[in-house]
Amino acid sequence: MTALTVTRAQGGQLTATGTLLRFALRRDRVMLPVWVLVLGAMVSSGANTLGALYATEAERTQAAATMASNGTLRALYGPVFDPSLGGLVAWRFGTFAALLAGAMSLVVVVRHTRDEEESGRQELLSAARVGRHAPLAAALLAALIANTAVAVIVTGALTSATGDAAGSLALGLTIAVSGMFFAGTAAVTAQLTESARFAKGLAAAVLGAAFALRAAGDAGTADGSSVLTWVSPLGWAENVRPYADERWWLLAVLAAAALAQAGAARVLSGRRDVGMSFLPARPGPAVGRLTTAYGLAWRLQRGAVAGWTLGFLAAGVLFGGMTSDVGDLVGGNEQTREIFRRMGGQEAMSDAFLAAMVGILGMVAALYVAGSVLRLHGEETSQRAEPVLAGAVGRLRWAAGHLAIAFGGAVVLMVVAGLGLAIGYGQGLGPIVAAALVQVPAVWVLGGVTVFLYGLFPRAAVGSWGVVGLCLLLGWIGPALDLPEAVLDVSPFGHLPKVPGAEMEWGAVGVLLALAVALVGAGLVGLRRRDVAV
Amino acid sequence: MTDAISVAGLHKSFGRTHALDGLDLTVRTGEVHGFLGPNGSGKSTTIRVLLGLLRADSGDVTLLDGDPWQDAVALHRRIAYVPGDVTLWRNLSGGEVIDLYGKLRGGLDAGRRAELIARFELDPTKKGRTYSKGNRQKVALVAAFAARDVDLLILDEPTSGLDPLMESVFQRCVEEARDEGRTVLLSSHILSEVETLCDRVSIIRQGRTVESGSLAELRHLTRTSITAELASPPNGIAGLPGVHDVDVQGNRVRLQVDTDKLDAVLGALTASGVRSLTSTPPTLEELFMRHYGEDREEVLAR
Repeated sequence: MTALTVTRAQGGQLTATGTLLRFALRRDRVMLPVWVLVLGAMVSSGANTLGALYATEAERTQAAATMASNGTLRALYGPVFDPSLGGLVAWRFGTFAALLAGAMSLVVVVRHTRDEEESGRQELLSAARVGRHAPLAAALLAALIANTAVAVIVTGALTSATGDAAGSLALGLTIAVSGMFFAGTAAVTAQLTESARFAKGLAAAVLGAAFALRAAGDAGTADGSSVLTWVSPLGWAENVRPYADERWWLLAVLAAAALAQAGAARVLSGRRDVGMSFLPARPGPAVGRLTTAYGLAWRLQRGAVAGWTLGFLAAGVLFGGMTSDVGDLVGGNEQTREIFRRMGGQEAMSDAFLAAMVGILGMVAALYVAGSVLRLHGEETSQRAEPVLAGAVGRLRWAAGHLAIAFGGAVVLMVVAGLGLAIGYGQGLGPIVAAALVQVPAVWVLGGVTVFLYGLFPRAAVGSWGVVGLCLLLGWIGPALDLPEAVLDVSPFGHLPKVPGAEMEWGAVGVLLALAVALVGAGLVGLRRRDVAV
Repeated sequence: MTDAISVAGLHKSFGRTHALDGLDLTVRTGEVHGFLGPNGSGKSTTIRVLLGLLRADSGDVTLLDGDPWQDAVALHRRIAYVPGDVTLWRNLSGGEVIDLYGKLRGGLDAGRRAELIARFELDPTKKGRTYSKGNRQKVALVAAFAARDVDLLILDEPTSGLDPLMESVFQRCVEEARDEGRTVLLSSHILSEVETLCDRVSIIRQGRTVESGSLAELRHLTRTSITAELASPPNGIAGLPGVHDVDVQGNRVRLQVDTDKLDAVLGALTASGVRSLTSTPPTLEELFMRHYGEDREEVLAR
């Protein structure tokens, strides 16, 4: 009876929220569990890794002191508030987990609100017995369920690993509530823009700004008290200080901010028409300058290329800045040195660190190449390719534009990453850029796999994300897991020389280049011969 | 060259689905050819084979004296295509897309482009995502009709989202294209449009051509409805060859007659003394419904 009265009092604005929530969870039945499990496992396994690395209290105290005194590391991870195992886990993974939870939440919320409206699917649902605010409420509830699941996993796993239930609960809740804060941000940006991509971009910009402010604040102060840190919601999350006299009230502040944003989104969504926005789309030119398929490909991809380039430059400068401190950090600890060596480096610490960073950036560049090549797939399945191919444009010429951007872009990204590293490190421009370029053949092989799948097995084209993801996992955690060489060799990155520091191996690089060319060639032959998707 | 398109025995399967099952299609140079068939009968598949987007499993396909698969790029310079479902890039304006399509095909007539944008009342500055279905179709139509040096227009249900005013603008554009000597293949569901525009039509069903010819020829194959008021009750009419569904009420008679047997029936009616007579030629709709109806009965019978 009460529920019915409430519903009536609100004019049924939340009618069918439950149905939409079940529908959203069904649509995300793969994406959400994977994200939740990876996030939960990352934090939980951190207790084992760090526990093995710093087995005694003395080692932990010494490590914590070294970490806390390094400005670059504080910028990346935040200050160390407590030298206990839990404290180190919270330091090393807390901010990143909050960042990832925020990314997950903003994707989920925009996906079930603005994305649905932009595609026109929402219209069909809204015409049925669905309340005005039901889609927004269902999206926020889906994010809440996912974040709660992360909190449960983290709290459970860390309580058994550290024995500190209160600290573990504080860390789990910090991650989850931070996620919900950015779910609220996304709920607002979804009301502001007509395009889902723009709404995600705006929310991601807020997330990035929150991280940057916190990083800038923590770089200068060792106890998280900087004003810059306190401006950032991720700074509040950090200052909950799990395992170090938890400040529970900050969780309440974060939760209240999340609720306030959700409320604002509700007000905004109540004042606008379905499909409309507060930031209207700007008109474009009446006469176009695009004249070729190449021009079209560049126009479609230039935004992404610019974003990736800036990101690689920033990451390069950041990692480069950390390079000179690496020797001090790892110096005292034999085990760390051993792990570092196994992570892919050679004896000289700076070179090893640079080689590891160049390797990581190379693997990330593989994500760019795969995404860029798959633009072809997106153009084809959305039927936008059809009128282009019905013009006097051969399939290979159409594909060539996108492939040039994908494979050429990878070279640009690695050069920019090398430049950034050299700028941050302050020396070694030539060798570092050369080392970055050595990654390109491996990046191209994964791009080649994508072209191969797209050309010959278009239905499996999206599976290239799986191939790239597998290589990333092998490269990042494979060495730490002591996997056999044969397994690690699956990834093309495993065959690259560990430069700078190690000898250049032209043979391996040549084989990878030849493999990339063969894969791209086979894929293009397949594309030339097969049907274009209907 | 007399035929712009000639297709014989075309087969195309997708897995276990036989989309085209021996389809024939002949489009003469300079004519407007209607391409009719229910949903899923294979119209768009045929058009995609003609554009070289799909590869025929078997059969002979000749397009503007070329092979649509081998000579795709060269042929596409002479073809303008409007898809049934126009999808645009969300961040490109309509004007940009029109010019892009035109450039990819080999050039646009700028004056004609401006004139068509005015006639179709299209705002070329809006971005792709903000256009309605009808406006997206206008973008593709302007690009197609303003294309320079095009010999063949392939239009796949181009007017399904247009309002009646724009529909008539479209019909004038097709007539202008024919007057300029262009060939038009028009796949459509709007039968009045086909009756108005097309010189000849092909009707396909389940991937096979069931009727093809000029409208007059096709009408010949079907029945004319006759209602007559006579001076005396008719006699012997029901026994005449080609007469169906006779309904006599006093001096009033209603019947259907195969169009080529009309002469004998009129003779018999005049013998009884005609007071008034209405005769309705078969519409394309009846023609279409006859084949479509059979289709449905078959499905129901299964």
